[in-house]
Amino acid sequence: MSAAEIFQHARDAISIGAMAVGLVFVIAGAIGVMRLPDFYTRMHAAGVTDTLGAELIIVGLIAQAGDWQTAVKLALVGLLLFLTSPTATHAIANAAHRAGQKPDLSHFKPKHPADAGSSEGQK
Amino acid sequence: MTFLTFLVAIGMAVAMAIMLARLFAGPTLYDRVLAANSFGTKTVLFLLVFSALVGRQDAIDIALLYALINFVATIAILKFFRYRSLEIALAQMSLRRALDGEYEK
Amino acid sequence: MFYGISLTAILVALWLTLSGPFTLSGDYPIVMGLGVISIVATVALTYRMRIVDRETVPVGPALALFTYWGWLGGEIVKANLAVLRLVMKPEIEVEPRLVRVPADQRSGLGLCVFANSITLTPGTVTVDVEDDGFLVHALDNSFTDPAGFAEMGARSDIASDGKKASPTGRGDS
Repeated sequence: MSAAEIFQHARDAISIGAMAVGLVFVIAGAIGVMRLPDFYTRMHAAGVTDTLGAELIIVGLIAQAGDWQTAVKLALVGLLLFLTSPTATHAIANAAHRAGQKPDLSHFKPKHPADAGSSEGQK
Repeated sequence: MTFLTFLVAIGMAVAMAIMLARLFAGPTLYDRVLAANSFGTKTVLFLLVFSALVGRQDAIDIALLYALINFVATIAILKFFRYRSLEIALAQMSLRRALDGEYEK
Repeated sequence: MFYGISLTAILVALWLTLSGPFTLSGDYPIVMGLGVISIVATVALTYRMRIVDRETVPVGPALALFTYWGWLGGEIVKANLAVLRLVMKPEIEVEPRLVRVPADQRSGLGLCVFANSITLTPGTVTVDVEDDGFLVHALDNSFTDPAGFAEMGARSDIASDGKKASPTGRGDS
């Protein structure tokens, strides 16, 4: 096997690994946005996809990009998402906080099957 | 390779559908803004994957623009719903800055 | 002046990257001409707004910032896995917390980097900026470790100050 072939295989492996893991993170973040109980907690789940999922998918695409210009453009999109997503998340959180939204600070426990009948367990 | 890229595109579409569900269901305004912002991020990723899938580099430029517009739109929506107007906020800002003497510095 | 030249160089590189091949045949004189016009206009506008300084063109602390991003990447991966474990449990079990994190960065850029790093690591979001610290919302008890916040604050302070900033923390233009 020549060096160019090994390089090509390494690139493919990086691309496949990064994109698969990134896909898992994006889907998990979307499921978290659906499942979590309260606005402030949902924000965290959206952050999962915005940071690691997006960056990993972009890394995977860079690894299989043909020319350097495409790679640089993809890296630019990644940098832009990396810089703007925390700012947007902070802006949403700050707007909700200033508007008087109170975060629910209770302990969200799973219902134990033993006390499913009583009112204990949810709060 | 192409199959995985296609799978990622399908996954992005599923995540966008879930975000749309949260956008319509979200009890508060902020849930909806959060869902819209996250939907925009997934649209950017979908555009990137799409450009790799069909081999057209134009879609990357569109994705770059979409990322910028998504950020600005989120900030503009939040600002509008805090002040109920876009120009009042600007006027207040410049007034406060003039009162603080920021311009003299 | 140094910041103006660096800003121009960065903008030229950006334009050349985004606008296709580097030839002057065909339509490309128009593309290059538009590039020159927009770069000159941007630099002139930023000079007129008087915002060309160490904070807006962070070429001085660039190397320190990149090394800091490497460390931050590791933290982000760890926090992501923790959030993933919380979210994918069959039953949601979280205990959200609001905590105050003291911030004693010397420069405004340091404060900005610290707040953005807190928001970037999933599980913690900066909700409000107060006089001497941040109000941070955490998804679970396990994310509110004061030692972790202190280490991140110290590292972001070092990263944003390649050289010692002026004690007022306002940046030297």
